[in-house]
Formats: sequence, structure tokens, C-alpha cells
Amino acid sequence: MAVKMSYSEAINDAIRVAMRKDDDVILIGEDVAGGAEVDHLQDQGAWGGVFGVTKGIVEEFGRDRVIDTPIAESGYMGAAVSAAATGLRPISELMFNDFIGSCLDEVMNQAAKFHYMFGGKAKVPLTIRTIDGAGFNAAAQHSQSLYALFTHIPGIKVVIPSNPYDMKGLLLSAIFDDDPVVVFEDKTLYGMKSEVGEGFYTIPFGKAEIKRAGNDLTIVGLGKQVYTALKAADKLAKKGFEAEVIDPRTLSPLDEDTIINSVKKTGRLIIVDEAYPRCSAATDIAAIVGDKAFDYLDAPIKRVTAPHAPVPFSPPLEKLYMPTPEKIIDAFSVMVGDKVFSAV
Amino acid sequence: MQTETQASAKDMTVEKAKWIYTKMQEIRQFETAVHEIFAKGEIPGFVHLYAGEEAVAVGVCAHLTDNDSITSTHRGHGHCIAKGCDLNGMMAEIYGRATGLCKGKGGSMHIADVSKGMLGANGIVGAGLPLAVGAGLTAKVKKTNDVAVCFFGDGASNHGTFHEAVNMAAIWKLPVIFVCENNGFGEASTFEYAAAADSIANFAKVYKIAGETVDGKDLTAVYDAAGKAVARARKGEGPTILECMTYRDFGHFEGDTQSYKDKEKQQKAVTDDDAILRFQGYLKKNKILSAEEIKGLDDSVKAAIDEAVRFSEESPFPDDKEVTTDVYVSY
Repeated sequence: MAVKMSYSEAINDAIRVAMRKDDDVILIGEDVAGGAEVDHLQDQGAWGGVFGVTKGIVEEFGRDRVIDTPIAESGYMGAAVSAAATGLRPISELMFNDFIGSCLDEVMNQAAKFHYMFGGKAKVPLTIRTIDGAGFNAAAQHSQSLYALFTHIPGIKVVIPSNPYDMKGLLLSAIFDDDPVVVFEDKTLYGMKSEVGEGFYTIPFGKAEIKRAGNDLTIVGLGKQVYTALKAADKLAKKGFEAEVIDPRTLSPLDEDTIINSVKKTGRLIIVDEAYPRCSAATDIAAIVGDKAFDYLDAPIKRVTAPHAPVPFSPPLEKLYMPTPEKIIDAFSVMVGDKVFSAV
Repeated sequence: MQTETQASAKDMTVEKAKWIYTKMQEIRQFETAVHEIFAKGEIPGFVHLYAGEEAVAVGVCAHLTDNDSITSTHRGHGHCIAKGCDLNGMMAEIYGRATGLCKGKGGSMHIADVSKGMLGANGIVGAGLPLAVGAGLTAKVKKTNDVAVCFFGDGASNHGTFHEAVNMAAIWKLPVIFVCENNGFGEASTFEYAAAADSIANFAKVYKIAGETVDGKDLTAVYDAAGKAVARARKGEGPTILECMTYRDFGHFEGDTQSYKDKEKQQKAVTDDDAILRFQGYLKKNKILSAEEIKGLDDSVKAAIDEAVRFSEESPFPDDKEVTTDVYVSY
């Protein structure tokens, strides 16, 4: 049975399903319940996270398993890493991915390294939920999309769900995975609704989804940019070009085969990514395709990304900053050598 | 690893005394061997030796079981030995051999044995503090009655993680013992220079938890204070900061010229103040072990260390495929 659910509700549902299934699953982070030890709340939560995503969970599972932390990211992230290594399955919320600067050591040098450094004898079944994404006028320190930073680090898995159905299945996979996984929640998608399966289901990591089939161009859209890609594909279709749009769903592991097989068919690749362009996931995918499918390419690979600049606050500037269908079409027109085409 | 908790040195059984003395000797002789072998160029990478601080690791771990966790530092060999890690596996790890505790993939700074509750030596100063809080959190959530001990240096007390970790353990009343090995130096800078505070145990007052400073060269003082702290933690009475005043006999790393050390203090640390000589004196004075018995333990430790070196030298390096195994549990 499928039910209509928002992206935010899908996260809440996945956490509850996991916590009902396994007592070792705990939720830990800053105000994931809120209002701890406030008498008049009588142990009800105050917030359920800064966007209310985890609202109601403390009421179901209690404060022993839904743990509000001090605003001390090194401290609680380190504690979550070790809680995972000693027998729990923590879901640790890093409120905004921009805050990784305060706890990168715990993720990069501790969680990511234990299994390898200790010769395979330790495991860290930790899920880090974190908010990313521009388009919310949240400015430079609350709008970044830092998934490439984590993808760079061996030992970490990286998940970028683009819709409620994927979010629930991928988050449940993350929680019951024995490796540390960072799950990115694009804040602009929280209200998006779609059909979501009831109860427990998982979506395997490393399996991209072809959102739209086509033979003329492959567009890989990361996170919510899959929708920008789909809009561009609709416009291109009106001009007689059929784009294949791929949502990789996870960046580590990355489903290289689906992307490469598509490029072998279309001969052209655009990667749409709202993150910074240097050393990015878009650059990485371009390099992989350049390396493994060069002979199939009819045009240079194009990346439609944010500029090499922080995310601006002012709404018109932020709008300029983001990838758009028009920018994708411009890139395609260069690839096919049709200047007139850019006027679509 | 001993299973019973004996809070006071004056009640120490002969069996316990032997275990403690043996562990202290194992650390001293292990480190002396590593020092000599490193000087010959036979050990790769960075090595930081624990010799001189034996009373701290052993005095604390004497109260722990395999189910209790410890977190450690880059100067971690002593903690590993005190927590029961296998000497052959440890030495082979330092040699980078396939038979090492971490299959040769961790080395001196990352020796770990989770099955013994040893959550790893750690190359990052201050990293072990939140990790110990996590082990304490697991104990609380799973209601196991286990405790977690964080060994850290005076240098790490200046790190933000110290304050984040102690605060969290305090507000959640976690069974964590923060054991500061105040050896007077963070790398080549003195504690007096690098820390505005003159006592790390004093932070316990600020965080409203138990705190104590003891002579970290005196096994019985560490043993007694740790016994009380562990008992409090097991009873659900929350964390403790135990500051042990000690000294490292060698440099920060092997190859350190130690020009920042006071020569007289260094001399005193390895003679009058030496933790092992002092514990020997205590054992003899209280007729717990005779000189002959002590000599017997020294000899059997020497045989064990010689065997660890032989085992390591004869062990193969890891297979080439190990470069990319154990990155993930599954991928």
C-alpha cells in the first residue's frame, strides 16, 4: 500500500519504522526533540528538529532514545561515532551540512577510518542526516551542498534522495547499513509530496534511476537538480531532442554503469549540480565518463553548476546562482553547435 | 583483564599485585624494545612511547573488564597493554605486518582491539574524549553497567572536545572516567605555557562532577582514585575527571631531541620517581612480593617481549590486496 507523504514525513516515518524494528536505533542531535527537562512540556518535544522533521518521535520513543544534545557538534558527533562502534545504530542529525566544519574530524578521521584502520575488526553503523541545498535565502553558511566533500572520503557512503519515496527507502537502507552513511536532505524539498510505501522497505545504494528515457543527450541531475534537468528535457523535447535524465540517488557508491551506458547511447552528457564546480561531484562524474566512455562522446561533457562563489543571500542573486533549465539548454546548444537553439 | 573491582590498594590481593606489576613491566619493556628497534630503522612511521606513565594506564585498567571501553591517544601502547591487547599482535602491528592486531593497516598510532574494549589509539589529539562519551552513552542506553575510560593528555585539555565531552557526560550522568595524563608537555610546549588553568581536575568543579588530582607515578594512588571513580560510574553517579601527574621518559616522538626538558627533572623521573621502582618498593615493603618474585616476573616479561619481537620479525607483510579491503563493510 502506498500513501501520499511529504519528503519531511517520509523521513519521520523511516525513523519511526527503524526505531520500532530495532531498539539499538537512537536519534541524537540538536533539538531533535527540543525542550528537554522543561517542566511544563511534560516530556513532549518542543520542535522535532529545526524544520519539525522529527516531530512526535520523542513522544513515541522517549528521551532515552531521542536525545537532545548541547550545541556541540564535535562532542555529540564523536559520541555518535563511538556509540555506533560499541553497539548502537545512531541516527545523528547535523542540523545543516555547513556545520561539518565543527565536527569534520569525527566524520573524516574517526567514523570513516575505524573499519580500515582497525583491520576490519570494528564497524561504525552510523547514519548522519543533514540538511543541504540553496534556494531558501539562507545565505552562505546555511545553503551549501557539501556532498562532494564526503564523497571524497573513503569509508563514507553518500546519499542524495530527490523525492519522498527514495528518501524513505534510502534512509532505511542507511540506518541498517553497517558503514557510516551521510544522508542529505534538501531543505527546499521538505514539502514535496509523493507516493511512499508503507512500513519497512529499502532502496539499495549504488542504483541510479532513469527518470526519463531519451537518445540525444544524457542529463545527470544531483538531488533536486534532477527536476531542473527534467524541465530542460521537456523544453528540449519540444525542439525534437530527447534527453535521458538520470538521478544517481547515491554518490558513494556511484552507479557508474547506468550513466556510462546512457552516454554510450546518447553521446552527450550534461551534469547538473547546484554545488560548487571545483573538485565536485559533477567534476567527478565528468572525469569518470571521460575516462571510461571517451570514444562514445560526440561533444565535450558540460557541467551546469553553481559558480565558484559562496551562496548569496539576496533572492535575485541566489536565483542567478542556481542552475536553471535555460542554462542546461544553453550548454546543450553549445554541444550541438546550434547558437540559434539557445533562444528556446 | 581482571573482573573484580577492588577499590583500595591496601586490600590488593597478591594475584592482583602480580597482574599489575606484570602489566607495568610489559609496558616498560615493550617500549624500551620499540625504542631500540626504531633507532635501528626497523620500524616504519611515527612512534610515541608511553614509558614512565605505566602507573596511570595500569592503575586505571586494573578496575576494568573486557566489556568496559577505553579510548586512547597517539601515545597508546601502554593503554593497549593495560587493557589486555595481545603483545605479539601489538608488536607486529607496529612492524606493519599481516599478523598485527589491525592486519598492519593501523600501525602504532591506531592499535585497537574492540573485543577487549580497546577502541583504538588515536592520531588526533582530543578525539578520544567524545568517543568515550559515546561508549558511555551505549552503556546507558543498553543499561549494561559498563563504564568508559578516556585517557587523554594535558595537551588535549586545551582542545574544544575536552569541554564538549565533559559537559555532555556531566549533563547525561554517563559512566565515563576522564583520565588526564598530565605529563607536563604537549609536544615541545610545557603545560604551564599552553594552559591558562593550573589544574585540569579543577574543571570538575565547573562541570559539577567528581574530580581529583593524584601522583600519577604512584600506582597505589592512581589505583585507589580510579577504583572510586569506576565504582561511582557503575552506580550511575556520573563521570569523574582524574588528573594523574606524570612524566614521559622519552620524547614526544622517537627522534625528538627533548631540548625543552629540564635535565634534573628528567633524571629524577627515571630514578627516584620512577613508577615501577616505586611500586617495587611498595610491594617489597608490604611483603606482597619478594625481590625474587619480582625478578621472576621481570624475566617472564622479558621472554614475552623477546617473543613478540621474534614473532613480528618473522611475520609477513600484508598481502597486496589489503590496500583496498576493509574500506567498507559492504560497498
